[in-house]
Parts: sequence; C-alpha cells; structure tokens
Amino acid sequence: MLHIAKRRTVADRVFTGGLIACGVLAIVPLISVVWTTLSRGSERLDIDFFTQSMRGITGAGGGALHAIMGTLLITASATLIAVPIAFGTALWLTEYAASTTSPAVKALARTVRGVIDVLAGIPSIVAGLFMYAVIALTLGPGYRSGFAGAVALALIMIPVVERSGEEVLARVPAELKEAGLALGAPQWSVILRVVLPTALPGLVSALLLGISRIIGETAPLLLVAGFTDSMNYNLSAGRMISLPVYVYSQWQNKGVDAQAYDARAWSAALVLLAGVLLLHGLAGLVIRLQRQNRQVRRARR
Amino acid sequence: MPLKQFGRELLVIDVLAPSDTVRSSGARHENAPHLSEVYPPGAPQLRQASHRDVLRIFSVVAAVVTLLLLGGVVVFLAIEGAPALAGTSENLPAGASSIWALAGPLLFGSLWASALAIAVAAPLGIGVALFSVLVMRGALGRWLGTAIDVLAAVPSVVYGLWGLMVVAPQTVRIYNWLATHLGWIPFFAGQPSTTGRTICTAALVLAIMILPIVSSVSREAIRLVPSSSIEGAQALGATRQEMIRRVVLPEARSGIMAGIMLALGRALGETMAVAMVLSATPFLVSFRLLSSQNPGTVAAYIAQNYPEAHGLEVNALVWLGLLLFAVTFVVSFFARLVVRRSSGGSR
Amino acid sequence: MQIARLTSLNMKHNKSVKLLTLATTTAAVLLLAACSASNEQPVVPPTSDTPNAPALSGTLNLGGSSAQTAAQTTWRAAFQSANSAVSVNYDPLGSGAGRTGFADGAYAMAGTDDAFQLSDIASTEFKLCATGSGIVELPVYVSPIAVAYNLPGITELKLDAASVAAIFTGRITQWNDPALLALNPNVALPELNITTVHRADKSGTTGNFTDYLTDAASEFWTAGRTESWPAELSGEAAEKTQGMRQALEAANGAIGYIDVSQVGSLGMASLLVQGTAVEPTAAAAAKALAGSGLEAGRSNIDLAYDINRVPTDNTAYPLIMVSYLVACQQYQDATTAELVKAYATHVISEAAQSAAAKDAGSVSLWEDAALQKRVADAAEAIR
Repeated sequence: MLHIAKRRTVADRVFTGGLIACGVLAIVPLISVVWTTLSRGSERLDIDFFTQSMRGITGAGGGALHAIMGTLLITASATLIAVPIAFGTALWLTEYAASTTSPAVKALARTVRGVIDVLAGIPSIVAGLFMYAVIALTLGPGYRSGFAGAVALALIMIPVVERSGEEVLARVPAELKEAGLALGAPQWSVILRVVLPTALPGLVSALLLGISRIIGETAPLLLVAGFTDSMNYNLSAGRMISLPVYVYSQWQNKGVDAQAYDARAWSAALVLLAGVLLLHGLAGLVIRLQRQNRQVRRARR
Repeated sequence: MPLKQFGRELLVIDVLAPSDTVRSSGARHENAPHLSEVYPPGAPQLRQASHRDVLRIFSVVAAVVTLLLLGGVVVFLAIEGAPALAGTSENLPAGASSIWALAGPLLFGSLWASALAIAVAAPLGIGVALFSVLVMRGALGRWLGTAIDVLAAVPSVVYGLWGLMVVAPQTVRIYNWLATHLGWIPFFAGQPSTTGRTICTAALVLAIMILPIVSSVSREAIRLVPSSSIEGAQALGATRQEMIRRVVLPEARSGIMAGIMLALGRALGETMAVAMVLSATPFLVSFRLLSSQNPGTVAAYIAQNYPEAHGLEVNALVWLGLLLFAVTFVVSFFARLVVRRSSGGSR
Repeated sequence: MQIARLTSLNMKHNKSVKLLTLATTTAAVLLLAACSASNEQPVVPPTSDTPNAPALSGTLNLGGSSAQTAAQTTWRAAFQSANSAVSVNYDPLGSGAGRTGFADGAYAMAGTDDAFQLSDIASTEFKLCATGSGIVELPVYVSPIAVAYNLPGITELKLDAASVAAIFTGRITQWNDPALLALNPNVALPELNITTVHRADKSGTTGNFTDYLTDAASEFWTAGRTESWPAELSGEAAEKTQGMRQALEAANGAIGYIDVSQVGSLGMASLLVQGTAVEPTAAAAAKALAGSGLEAGRSNIDLAYDINRVPTDNTAYPLIMVSYLVACQQYQDATTAELVKAYATHVISEAAQSAAAKDAGSVSLWEDAALQKRVADAAEAIR
C-alpha cells in the first residue's frame, strides 16, 4: 500500500515537473523573439515613425503612419466580415445541427466541419490568388484596395475563429441550456442569454486568435491591396499598406543605406507586437467588466 | 404546473452552488449567468417560444457561406490549375517532367516539416495549457497564457528573420555535434549544414509559430472541463497527474484535437517563414534533418516562384495549391476518424 | 467596498460599459483618421498664375521587378515632388507579375528583369496600347552582380568564369584548391570547405549569373541559362537577396552571387576578363552594357540587350543585370501617355539616374554617352 502511494506521489511530481518544464520551454522562444524585436526595433521608435509616411523618403527617415492606419482599417474590416460568418457557423453546428436527428442535417454538419479543416490549411498566398482572380473577373485586373485585402484575410480568419469558437460553445454545459429550455424559454433566447454569456471569455479568445492569425499576413495583401508609401483612409479605393507588408518590403528591398531600412522594418514589427498586446489587454478588461457587472447585479439582489 | 415547479427547484440548486465555490476550484464557467437572473419567474420570455428565430436563419446562412467559400476556392483552383496537367518539361517550373514529379516531393516536404513541427508543438502546447490553467493558477498563469497567445500575432516575416538571425546560427553547433556523435542514426546522417538553415530549424520555427494555436485552443477546452468532475476526482484522492490523465484530458480531448488540427493547417500552409529559413532543393525526398539539401514545401515553393512565373508555370503553381488542399483534407479526415474512434463516437 | 461602489452605478451598467468602449474606440479611430502624415503635403490643384504650373495630374500605377524597388522609390519621390498632383505607385511583385499586369492593363508600365520575348510580343494583346502599337523597353536599371564570399581576413580574391563554374558545380570544394591558389598566388586561402549559396526563388539575378557561366565557361557549366537554380546541383538555397546576404554572413567559407549594393561587409571577387581582373564597379558595368548589342529582331525602341559576357574590352565587368521599364509605344489614352512619357523621361534623366546610383547602388546610364543617347531616343518614341 505504502509502495503504491509513493509511486503515485513520484509520478505526480514528475508529471508536474514536466508541465513546469513545458511552461519554461515555451517562454524561452517567446523571450528570444520579443528581445530580438525589442532590441532592434527600439532604435527608430521616434515621433517621426508615428507621424510620417514613406512618401518622398529615400534612405533614412520616414515613418509607418500609413502602415499603422492600413493595419487598423484592414484588420478591423476583415474581423467584421469573418466574425459573423465564423460564429454563425459555430452556433449552427453546436446548437442547431447538434440537436437535430435528421441524417441529412448531420451529414451537412460533418461536411461543414471537414470544409473548415480544409479552409484552415489554405496557404495565405492561395487566398490572395483567389481574391486576385475574383477581382480581375469583376472589377478589372488593376483594382487594388484595402477592402479586397480584408476579404482575403477574412478567408484565412474564418476557420480559425470558427474552429476555436465551436469548441468553446460545445463545452457550455448541457444542463444550463436544458434548464433554460425547461423554463420555457425559446432556443434563441437561451443561446443569447445563457450560452453566449457563459462562453464569452472563450469566444473573445477565439476572436483574438483569429486576429492574431491575420494581422501578420503579408503575401495576400501584397497581391490585392497593393503597395504604397502614402496615406490612404479609403478602404474601397486605392492601394493600402499594412505593417507586415511594410516590414517585408523594408527588409527585402533595401537601398544602399541598408541600416535605415533594417531599423524601420524592426520598429514596425515592434509596433505590431505592442498593438496586439494592447488588444489582448483590452479584451481581458472587457471580460472582467462583464464579470464584475454580474457580481454587482447579484450583490444588489 | 410541474414545469414551474422544476424551475423553482433549479433556483434552489443555484443557491446551493454559489459562484464563489466555482471560482475557488479553478475558475471555470465564471461567466455562466444564474438562470434565476436571466429568467426571473414570470418573465415574458418564458411564455411561449417565438417563431421569429432570426438566430437560426442567421447561423444557417453563415454555415452555407462557409461551404460556398470553400467551393469557390476549390473551383477557382481547379479551373486555373487544370492546364498544368498537360505540362511537359518544356514549360513546367524547374523543368519538371510532369506536374506530379514536381508536386510529389513538395507534398512530402510539407507533410514532413509539419509533422516535425506538430511533434514538438503538440506536447509543448498541451503542457503549457495544463500548466497555465491547473498548475499556475491565478494571475501568473493568465499572464503566461496571454504572452504565448501574443506569439500568434508575430508576423511570419519576423519569425523568418528570427529563424535566420537567431535560431539558425545558434543551432549550427548542435547540428555538428549531432552529426558527429549520432551520425549513425539515419536522421542525422550526412554532412551537416554550415548555415543551420535545415528542415530541423524550419520545423522548430514552425513549431513556435503554431504553439500559441495549440495552447490557446487547448486552454479553453481545459478551462471548460466541468469543475465538478475535477473536484470529484480530487475528493476521491486523485493526485494532480491522475486527475489530469483520467478526467481533464479525456474531457478536453476534442478541443485539444481541434487545436492541433488548426495548427497543422497553419503549418501546412505557412509560406514566408519556411521560405526564408529553409534551404530547399526541388525534387528531393529525404528524411535527413541536418543537411543543406532539404525537401521543399508546397506553400513556400508557390511563394518563391509565383513572382517570376509566366505562362503555364502559373497554372502549375495554382495546381500545387489545390493538391495541398486535397492533402489537408485527407489528413484532417483521418484525424477526425481517429478522434471519433478513441472517444467512442461521441463527436 | 468595491462592490458597494459599483452597486451605486447605473442599473444598465453593462450597456454603459459597452457604449463607453464603443465610444472610446470610435473616438480613437477618428482621432487617428484626422491626422495626416507630416511629410505629406495636401495635393494643390495647379493654378494658372504659378510660374511653371504643373501640367500633369493623375495616378500612374506600375509594378514588377523587386530588384528595381529601391531605385523606383528614389525616382517616384523626385517625380512626385516635382509634380505634386501626380501619384506614382510601384508594386514590387516580381517581373512575371509585372509583365502579366502590363499585358492585362493593370499597370501602365512594368518593371521587369527580362524583356518580353518576341513571340510573346507578337501573340499578346496589350490592353492599354493602341491597336498595332509596339512596345518600348528601356534598360533603366543596370547593376553589377558581385560574386561575394565570407572569408574573414581575406579582402582580395580573383576568380575566372571557369573557377566560378567549378565551384558552383561542386568540382572545387576547398578554398585552398590548386586552381584557386594559382589565380591568387599572394592570398593565404584557408583549408576550408566551400559552402555555395544560390537563390531559392526564381530570379533574374540567377538568370544573369547562369547566363554569364553559360557564355564564359561553357566547358564547366552545362545547365544553360536558367532563372531557377538547377535542381541537380548541390549547395544551400536562400530566399531572395536578403536571404542570400544572411546565409553568406552566417557561414564561414560561403560564396554566392548578390546585387553589388547589398554586399555589405562581405568580400567581393574580381573577375578575370581577357586576363585582367575587373572589379564590379559602376563604370565597368556600363562599359559591359555599352559593348553589347540588342537581341536579334529587336527594333530601336525595343532595347532588349543580349549582354556580351565575354567582352573584348578588359575594363568591362560582364556579370551585370539589366532591368527594363516597359511601356506602350502608343497608348489608347492620351493622358496616360503623357504621364508615362513624363515619368520615363524623368527616370532616364541624369539627376534621377545618379540619385538611384546613390540610393539604390545601380549604375547611371550617363556613365556611357552612347548608351544614354540610345535610351533617350527610345523613350522619345512613347506617344
């Protein structure tokens, strides 16, 4: 008996040690990536970088304001396109298709799940080529816009948000839903008022994962959103550049003063990283506020 | 009024299990509302189910749009790519004798690099998820989770640069050591690369790129394992290891698999980082990990050759994209089959 | 305490939080949207009372060769500041994409490392060109390609085409090979394995490098001219110019080929031409282009060069790349024609060419008077 107990303790210790090792191992590359970006990117992190574009800049100087705005606009519109489709599909799969007994619907649900796995494997450049072909057929080959880039990115974002959102929704305890239904509430009401609030932190994290997946994309944007060194706030017309495209072009297409190009590339990468961190912080705040709000209401009763 | 009666009983249960206990046991479902708050007795919504189920229509439309999207992409790829089937060594990229001669080794390379990356990222990602939810509870665990999630947003270009400037030079010495001392293992055989830009490096960079996807989706799945199951196991005297192995992992299995499948998709489709880090040779099929001569990957090959392609070469690259799709589909199909078998056909 | 404080808040706390978040976000976006880049002037429409009023306005979309990007940045910057109502864009998507885009009408002009083939010109319908119009191809970006090496302490290395071919085909594997020692009697070449690095992507640089080996070292190089590195040859593959630079810097004993402006701290080999070592300088590159003829069957506005890789002039550096700007000889649209002609004229001007030489490391066409005249005459033909 004692022997078994000891073995169990040892196994537990080893296992916990393994988990801690995983945490540490995962932190090492994180620190390395962040440190590389930070140490090389801090050099050009000046006022000019945030107030200037690259129009008329040759060699040193210039900034990334046009790319920062482009990233904000393109990512926001890609999210607006992708999220309803992704969460809608996830809801249908977990709430509606799961509660039916019709074999046809079940088969359709299986197909949709398979389709999403395949969509997740789209090489980003293929998504770009697809959009490029669609645009060439409809609006002419010379059309470039931030919106076209956003659609291509939405295509990449949908499977990520859907897949992780579906997992979160599927794990909302059936008892909660059943209890709601048993009280006589219609299904849509149970979904809106019980399922979605319960799953909120998970859904937010699915959304963030999706944004993270696309915010660093280069290839499709270069194809359909084009390349520019000037400001552009119009999503529907004209070229728009994003931070990753900026990083790539600054690094790859250097002039003689290579140092200036390198510094700009790393600074842009750093700005992107900081922006995403900020986004995560905001999302955490939203979740906490929602939770506090519930406690407030509970305390009032 | 038996239904109302049942509702009242639920309220009692609610009171018996106040949210504080739930939070103290690992913070699961802390956002679940109390039904008594959402549906107070006699609320108008409880009167009768509405026929205006806009939500259902919306979700069906979304699912159909998803299907159409894939259909659109596949049709486009098939139409644009089909001419390459008639290609010869005269007009195909790299003088390939047929599109299949070009595609075969590249598909192998994609699968090989992704498999290596998953082999590193899956255990690490699940470990991190377990660690941040069940071991390092509270703020530090949350911070770790967020920090790793942020890794997902680093542009692949930056990963490529990081792989080139940091990982590759650092690993050269390790590769030399492996080749000298463990060269008898076929994986490590041959002359090691002097620049470190091997498939091993590419797979490591890929693994770091997909780690956040595995860990983020797994973490959500683990967080949503009912606290009652965990508390039950602990009440019965299970150690943490037993609790995780017997309760948490089986409950979270489908979520973890979803994370791995998403990560696999990302690894198979990753373009820039692989293109920048990997020294690839066309038409090569090799399991050697440390050589200068490595099999290429489909996505990187498309990206490297598309800009200068013309004529039938463009069609050939598009056809490669379609083949990558097909392979992703087959892989995910088998993965689903395995999951369904092992979890008793529940999903 | 906290709960009590929060309780005093509005019943609709949840909604107000959402509204607050929404409002803050909107305000932030609007604030950012209101700011414009401090280096950009608002476009002023030309007025009649200004002397030398800019006659030009509109947008010119170009795209193609990524090798031209840095030079195009310089050219566009000067052109746009001289013509404030004109916007010029350049998509560095690659030569193939540039040629396709030009044929489809997406680009008014294309930058390409390879001129259009004669058969393509005959069979392609160029969307923006008038019916029956030919195309104008101008060699605007000329740059020497360096054979670069990483051998710390060694600053001088002479190679001939045969030894370069032998190295890249794996016949010479050591830096202290007798053939290399014979070429460099005064250099202490180390006993070190040679790591050859080639481009992984399909590229005009590889095309020019293999073209040089094909013509100048035919007995050792049998793969011919190819833009994708021959699959049967070993060596490290690196992505684009910067991948090449990174790989070369990483490995002691590495050798590769790279645009001269991006050599950085690496060593640059001089090539033997008629027995004399020639360094990859701007003047030597201009000499090599001036000493080359046009491809057979080209007119005097279609300046597709057949570069002479074995020049008789022993001051010419034959390993050069030439990147073209392609335009219609006659456009359907007169406004486009006017813009294109103005931009092409600007690009080949002395100021623009020497600015590109400074910023992008290319060779000014004005290094050779005959060459400059020939290009200027061709640009003049754009209608």
